[in-house]
Amino acid sequence: MYAYDEIDRTLVNERVSEFRDQVKRRLSGELTEDEFKILRLQNGVYLQLHAYMFRVAIPYGTLASNQLRALAHVARKYDRGFGHFTTRQNIQFNWIKLAELPDALEDLAKVGIHAMQTSGNNMRNVTSDQWAGVAPGEIEDPRIWSELIRQHTTLHPEFSFLPRKFKIAITASDHDRAAIKIHDIGLKLIKNEKGETGFEVLVGGGLGRTPFIGKTIKHFVHGRDILSYIEAILRVYNQYGRRDNIYKARIKILVHELGIEKFSREVEEEWQHIRNSSLQIDDEVIEDIRSRFTYPAYEKLPHMPDELRQAAADTDFEAWRKNSVAPHKVQGYSIVTISLKPIGKPPGDATADQMDALADLADEYSFGEIRVGHEQNLALPHVAKRDLPALWKALDKLGLATPNVNLITDIIACPGLDYCSLANARSIPIAQELTRRFANHELANLIGRLHINISGCINACGHHHVGHIGILGVEKNGEEVYQITIGGRADEGAALGNLIGPGVKFDEVADVIEDVVEAYLALRERPDELFIDTVKRLGVEPFKERVYATR
Amino acid sequence: MPLVNGGKIADDRFVKLAVDTPLPDSGDILVPAERFIAEADALLKRAGKVGVIWPNNRDIDELVPYLGKVAAVALVFPTFRDGRAYSQARLLRERYNYRGELRATGQILRDQFVFMLRAGFDSFEVKKQADAEAFMQTAKRYSVFYQPTGDGRITALHRRMQLRHSEGVGT
Ligand code: HEM
Ligand code: SF4
Repeated sequence: MYAYDEIDRTLVNERVSEFRDQVKRRLSGELTEDEFKILRLQNGVYLQLHAYMFRVAIPYGTLASNQLRALAHVARKYDRGFGHFTTRQNIQFNWIKLAELPDALEDLAKVGIHAMQTSGNNMRNVTSDQWAGVAPGEIEDPRIWSELIRQHTTLHPEFSFLPRKFKIAITASDHDRAAIKIHDIGLKLIKNEKGETGFEVLVGGGLGRTPFIGKTIKHFVHGRDILSYIEAILRVYNQYGRRDNIYKARIKILVHELGIEKFSREVEEEWQHIRNSSLQIDDEVIEDIRSRFTYPAYEKLPHMPDELRQAAADTDFEAWRKNSVAPHKVQGYSIVTISLKPIGKPPGDATADQMDALADLADEYSFGEIRVGHEQNLALPHVAKRDLPALWKALDKLGLATPNVNLITDIIACPGLDYCSLANARSIPIAQELTRRFANHELANLIGRLHINISGCINACGHHHVGHIGILGVEKNGEEVYQITIGGRADEGAALGNLIGPGVKFDEVADVIEDVVEAYLALRERPDELFIDTVKRLGVEPFKERVYATR
Repeated sequence: MPLVNGGKIADDRFVKLAVDTPLPDSGDILVPAERFIAEADALLKRAGKVGVIWPNNRDIDELVPYLGKVAAVALVFPTFRDGRAYSQARLLRERYNYRGELRATGQILRDQFVFMLRAGFDSFEVKKQADAEAFMQTAKRYSVFYQPTGDGRITALHRRMQLRHSEGVGT
């Protein structure tokens, strides 16, 4: 865990008091809605279909139990008793009153949580691997660098009014859980031949109307130079990024229009001017940040405790364990993913009571730590294996032990027409229907790893382009129509999906997905060939044939 | 539009000329970039100070040869959402060591003062009287800064180091 000190707390408090003043000026009419809009966005406040929506940052997805309790408190006191975890390590509240927002922010500030830059045309919340610091085989804990970059980009005087929003994601593992290739800047922590820590830097990824997979702009940037390199990229983007058309303002368009070679030459030139400036990071600074991350005092535990051996007889427990428990760096411990995708419920929602209860379980079983991943699930990162059976029982009581992580009902979905003013179609009801169709665990298990991602409009908040199956809601003649793509992925092999045919009506979506899955089961070479691999091997055609032949 | 200079509401000694306004015989003038570049020699020869209004989509490098001779550079925020002039300001101050008046013009609201001060502006054509009056109070809103810029304010990272070291001395 990273501990805020007095300096960090002071900044967050100053931000809250500034926003309180801005809200006051808005309510008195001193600020017009147009002037206020950008200020509220910089504090995570959107105006939605029914009310203001409030987006709170969970930097690199790490939460302490008292912080999760504070989120529960906000859900209970200022909202309708629940929150919605998003694909960007944020949580959203959908029913907050503007006049109460400063109080909600103040309550969160007490535990070192804020909503700075969770929206608006600035540097967004830095995201990272939800298993950071505990995943076996990572180069080092990527959160140290995430925190360095979070600090550097917070209230940055040059980059708070960019052409468009800007997102950075960091991973330190070969298996990319942070989806770095679909971010404006993606950073992969690596070591060079000399054993020095640095980054492969990718640029220009992003979804939305014009999706792109990020391209490598530099194979190695030394850790000490990473801030100056990021600053160089941003400065080029700030000056040359298009502002005439919001659909073309993202850095991915600039990179695409200039070409990666020309873009990287511009960045290189800028970088040479600033790389030896005060932006260079001395080891002492990194060590200071490192020292403020604390790690649990792990015990020396057996690899296979008796508790686990005994529990193995319970098939329900085993189904959950196989699905939700992942290996940990430290022997005798596991990482437990908690599915926020119960059958028939909106993906990513948690009630205030569930959040409180999870905070308690984190205290009891995971050294008080919780993680939030981009798949809209949570994780407990340090669970002793001997505690797994007890934890499972407790989670089951809370309705949080659905054994579907990475299976077909582990769906990512944006709020769509249920909350979002930009939506063209419903997302949540589609997700709910699909979870019901595939509720049978045996069937889901037989299908294996398969990600369905749903967005209610072209903005792609539900990452539909990179779903193994992507579902995009569009509007046609006043009706909701859904386009279906297959073959997308967001990991180290990131790819955009391809359309399988004409859009289908709301009522037909679940049928079509069933057809796609049946086609896959018939087409796969072996039971362990994943959906995504079958699509890669065969392309879209055989799926198209099977799905549309009968319609 | 009130002008804040040196932290206080002040009179504007510069007269703004359009591209084709006849040149006054004396007094300080602010001239659009295209006119400045076209008539630089004549403008700089006359009595009175010359400042230039530089648009946010014109390469600042073009202005660099004249920086020692201009008394003011006015950068433009056509809307407060357009932040290109922040980059221009930092380049002028930090890369080209420009020490004259650096003025923010356009849609200038109190909520940008801190960002602008940090980027190197010291003069502000403020849109609303109330915002100009609130300048000092708003400028002091933050005491913590995470990133180094040319304004020389100590960053949080370095403040922490100092605190560590001074604690170390005491124990
Ligand atoms: C209900 C309120 C929401 C609004 C008004 C909203 C608005 C937007 C807009 C306008 C964009 C497009 C920006 C662009 O790339 O050009 C966008 C993208 C995105 N949103 Fe949302 N969103 C909302 C909720 C969510 C939720 C709930 C999630 C997560 C489940 C989310 C995650 C994302 C992501 C990941 C993108 C990025 C696409 C990319 O990488 O380019 N948003 N959102
Ligand atoms: S994808 Fe569209 S509908 Fe869904 S949350 Fe984003 S903006 Fe709203």
